[in-house]
Amino acid sequence: MDQPTKDLINNEITNNEVCLFMKGTPDAPQCGFSMAVSNMLKILEVNYKGINVLENQSLREGIKEFSDWPTIPQVYIKGEFVGGCDIVKEMYENGELKKILEEKNIIHKKS
Amino acid sequence: MSMDIKEIEILIKEALPDAIIEIQDLAGDSNHYSATITSSKFSGKSKIEQHKMVYNSLKGKMGNELHALAIKTKEQ
Repeated sequence: MDQPTKDLINNEITNNEVCLFMKGTPDAPQCGFSMAVSNMLKILEVNYKGINVLENQSLREGIKEFSDWPTIPQVYIKGEFVGGCDIVKEMYENGELKKILEEKNIIHKKS
Repeated sequence: MSMDIKEIEILIKEALPDAIIEIQDLAGDSNHYSATITSSKFSGKSKIEQHKMVYNSLKGKMGNELHALAIKTKEQ
């Protein structure tokens, strides 16, 4: 991974409490898995930054190396890799995602 | 590019010999699968680590030959 890509990722995950590296944008996701994660965050009313990896080929490959995770989407909360679609979906369903948001003091829908 | 169910099973079994593996071809196109994997090797590991073990068993095929594999891991 080149340094600018590494810096870009570090900047995004440092400056945004919740980051979603995805295919497409939150308004126009271009992959079902990215859409699923995006929707879960929307339902929880989390203010997140969607980063479209399709716009940047070196980011698309770099984020996989950075997280040591072969697939996209990827969710970061307060700089920490939380998981891809399957894990986040499981955490959404069993309440763990909400718990993490609470623990990390991230504004979200409480009820 | 695609992979058949048997191939996926064999690779996971190599890495996790005791695994009970259930794979579904979600779209019937040999490209979108869902797998539930139960193994004692998952115990004490985080979900991220468990999924990584499965990805590693697929030796880089995930995201390449294999476009989509939804994973659910269970500890035995």
